Parts: sequence; structure tokens; C-alpha cells
Amino acid sequence: MHFHPVTADDKQKMLEDIGVSSFEDLLKGIPASLRNPKINVREAVSELEIQNLMRGLGNINHSAHDYLSFLGAGSYEHFVPTAVSEVIRRNEFYTAYTPYQPEASQGTLQSIYEYQSLITELTGLDVSNASHYDGSTSLAEAVLLSVRHTDRVKVLVSRAVHPHYRQVIETYLKGTPYSMVEFGFGEDHTFDRAQFESLLTPEVAGVVFQTPNFFGVLEDLEGVSEKVHENGSLLIMTANPLSLAALRSPGEWGADVAVGEAQPFGVALQFGGPYVGYFSATRALMRRIPGRLAGLTVDSEGKRAFCLTLQAREQHIRRERAASNICTNQALCALAACVHMTLLGKEGIREVAELNMDRAAYLRGKIGATPGFKVLKDQPIFNEFVVRSDKPFDVLEKKLLNKKIFPGVPLETYYPELKNQFLVCATETKTQEQLDTFVRELSQC
Amino acid sequence: MNFPKELRYTKTHEWAKKEGRTVTVGITDYAQKEISDVVFVELPKNGQAVAAGKPAAVVESVKAAFDIYSPVTGKVTAVSSVIEGDPGMVNQDCYGKGWFFTVEMSTESEWDALMDSAQYEKNLKTEV
Repeated sequence: MHFHPVTADDKQKMLEDIGVSSFEDLLKGIPASLRNPKINVREAVSELEIQNLMRGLGNINHSAHDYLSFLGAGSYEHFVPTAVSEVIRRNEFYTAYTPYQPEASQGTLQSIYEYQSLITELTGLDVSNASHYDGSTSLAEAVLLSVRHTDRVKVLVSRAVHPHYRQVIETYLKGTPYSMVEFGFGEDHTFDRAQFESLLTPEVAGVVFQTPNFFGVLEDLEGVSEKVHENGSLLIMTANPLSLAALRSPGEWGADVAVGEAQPFGVALQFGGPYVGYFSATRALMRRIPGRLAGLTVDSEGKRAFCLTLQAREQHIRRERAASNICTNQALCALAACVHMTLLGKEGIREVAELNMDRAAYLRGKIGATPGFKVLKDQPIFNEFVVRSDKPFDVLEKKLLNKKIFPGVPLETYYPELKNQFLVCATETKTQEQLDTFVRELSQC
Repeated sequence: MNFPKELRYTKTHEWAKKEGRTVTVGITDYAQKEISDVVFVELPKNGQAVAAGKPAAVVESVKAAFDIYSPVTGKVTAVSSVIEGDPGMVNQDCYGKGWFFTVEMSTESEWDALMDSAQYEKNLKTEV
């Protein structure tokens, strides 16, 4: 028996409804050369040959393991104890599908609950969800929460927020009645307070700040939450969660929502993903939080048990009025974050955070004292900072790549006005010797 | 079950009480028993426009979440802070302290289209 979930007639009707004549029309946005790419492998290759070929291609990539890397800008190299992968590779956890049924998945639900507890400790807020795909999507969800909660149409976003995150917000808002407005930053790479205040109008649903911001600088948010709340808007903060172990938390700054990238905990660079986004909010917004949420309860015999909770927010309960269409989490990476944080412990996390601050401050001082390079030496930073070079960045980069050094991320790609400036990151993974090597190589460029 | 004679009712199990042009809205004894323990209510905003038969509030019980429909068209003039803080009041006193919101009616004829208690009870029997 044949079963066609969608017949040719159905397809035709769907195409007509959305106003295109053929399926191919839907692919117009993709360049033709990419649609049916010619794969440069001859036919009938043995498994051994194809393995060799693929390994050879893979080796063209250079990872942070092969190089001395000072790349940051949202993805951070950290020391992850082997115990983390030992735990997450257990059969009960290592699955493509997250089992959420309480009768079968107490371990998974407990690990999610513990992850959530750790996130709320760091952010200083009341509730955390089970996680999102990455920091940028959790920020976009926070923006959507603010428009739903306030019934307003505009979100104000600092231009010192990660450029990729702002792009994701824009994508999420495409085709909606909502729009994003940006406020700038000054010479000191901190947000422009006057511009922020002048743009804080009654139609603003939420305001987004990042600290440490994209330039690595800690923002002074004194008085910001008062201004935002007086206006009836929500304060959304995105922060490197590791920094929160040493610095003021979003909760202490008066944020309503804190989101961000939890990759610094337990997740390797992995060429950009998969990562894991954290999402936390105040109790007042509990029922507007998107996604999954594990809770602690008791079973029919009164014993401690874990389950998904507050599910009335979710789309399988009320599809058209759900808080979000997100209905899963990034369980394995969240577990890695949870295990890493647990292994470090409260003091350990703080020590790692402080080591990051020490390394970055040391490196900034050294680079600042090197002829041909300038830094903002008095700005408070966490683990990265901006360097301005007298020479073009690509010349510099080429020379350093030959020495197997990734010098940093050029800012001109995202901010055309910031020519020959690049973002340099130093985490606890770098020894003083390595930092000195980098400075010496820079000085010889 | 108790369905006070002075109230009007909807097929979706809301009750309505009229004082001048102001209509107070809540859910019936039948509805509160069906959905069981209410744990959360999401009320409309003061001043919000609501339309007869369209969702205006949400109740969440230990069973599920339900939309609450406005019996009449108009503007919301008050919402209950009592049930926001103590949602269980919807179960304890559904016709009294468990009220949801008040609407200033814009079309009086809508009131006459609502069911009286006898009609509602009869309708319930056909439904069950």
C-alpha cells in the first residue's frame, strides 16, 4: 500500500497559497552554483581511499590545538577536565534524543535541574530554562519575550552587543511587527549613555546590554535598570557566564532576563558549535520563559522526583498562544556545562574567572608597551581587549599565522570604522611564557 | 452545582453579571470543577479591548491551560488582583471573590444573547 503524506495536488495548493509557482522558486535565494555542487571525488572509491581523502581535507583546518590561539569574540578556549567527557559519554546521557518522560528519565531531568540551579546561582535570577541552542538564539528569545510581555513593538540593542547576536535578533524579527533599534558606543568602547536615554521611548519593549561587551569591556550599568523600568521596559543582559563568578551578576544589576553563551563551561571551541545558550529570568516572568523547564516535585509515594514543569507555556499544550515554538533544549552541551561547573565548584569557578582576568590584564599591559600597538589600558576588562595596530591587520595576521599563532579577531569585519583594530583574548589556558612569546612575535611584525 | 439566577452564561462556561453598562466576568461552578485546582491566571490589561467570544484571559490548572472568552464586546475597566495573587480563589468562590475582570459593554444587545441559568443548565446536559 502506498501512503503519500503530501500528494502532488497538496503541494500545488501549498505553492499557490504562498504565491510561488514551483518548488524551485523557493530555492532562488541560494546561488545556483551551491544548489547542486559538483563533489570533486571520482566514482567508485574504496572506503580506505575515501577515509584518507576526508582526513586529508580535514587536516587543512587549523584548530586552536595546533596553534597558539588568542581568538575569543564569543567562543572561548578553556581547560576542560577529561572527567567532563567521561561523564557525558555515559550511555544514559549520550543520545541524539533527550528523553524527558519522568517515569523513564529521572537522571536526565535531575541533570537539567542541576544545570538550571547553577545558572540561576551565576545570573542571580530566579528561574532558568533547560537551555537553548546557543547564546544568540537565547538572546533572540529574550527579545521576543519582552515584546510579548509589554505589548510593545521596539527593542533597543547596544551596538556593543556581539554582531552575530544582533544579526540573529534581526532574523527573528523579520516579518513581524517588531523592530530593532541600536544605540552606539564611544571611543572608550562602552555604550553611549546619552543616545541610549534619548532612544528609550514609550514603545520600547526591552533593552539589551552585553557585559563584558563585544570589545571585552565591562559596562557600567549604574542607574540603567531604573531608567529602563521607569519606562515600563524590560532589561535584558547577555554576559559570559564565567565572568559572572567574579563580577556583578545580572540580578544585581536589576536585569529581568539574563541570557548568553554557556560554551565557556565544558564545551570545546568545535569550530563554532554545537554550543549551548543559557536563559534565566525573574520569577515575575516565569510563565513567559520559552522552552523546557525541569522542576523538583514528589512522586505518588512522596519521594523526591523531577519532571518538566510549567508546560502550559509550551506549544504542545496551546500551540497558538505558546510562549515560543522552541520545544527542546541543548541537553548534551548543557550537561557538559553542568558537569564542568560542578567539578570546579563555587571557589574553583571564581578562581578560573580570576585567572582569566589576570592573564588578559598582563597581556594587555605588555602589548600596550609594545611600539606600534595601542590599547585602552584603564578600561575594566574580563578576558579580552581591543588592540589597535599601526600596520594593517591582515599583514600582521599573515606573518603570525606562519608562526602558528592566531593573533585575534579583526573588528573591521563587523565595524567598518574600527580599522586595524582586533580583539585579543587570553584565558587561563595560556602560560606567561606563551603570552610573552606572542608579544615578542607581535613586536617583530 | 450552583448557577445563580441573576447571572447570564456562555457556552464556553463563563458567567456575566450586569450593573449598568459594566459586566463582571468569571467562570462557572461547572468550569471550575472540570479544570480542578487553578494555579495561575493571566488577565487582560486594564483598558484593553475585548470582543464577545474571543479569548481575554487564561487559566492554568494542574490539568492544563484554558482560554477564557469575554461574553461581551467592550473595554476592560478592572481586573481582579485577588485571583492574580491567590488563583485558588477561582475554585473556592467562583461567583464571588473569584471574578476575573469587568468590561464596559459597547453593544447592549450582546447581553440579551447570553443564556440565563435555566438555558445554561439545559445546555450543559446536552453537552455532557
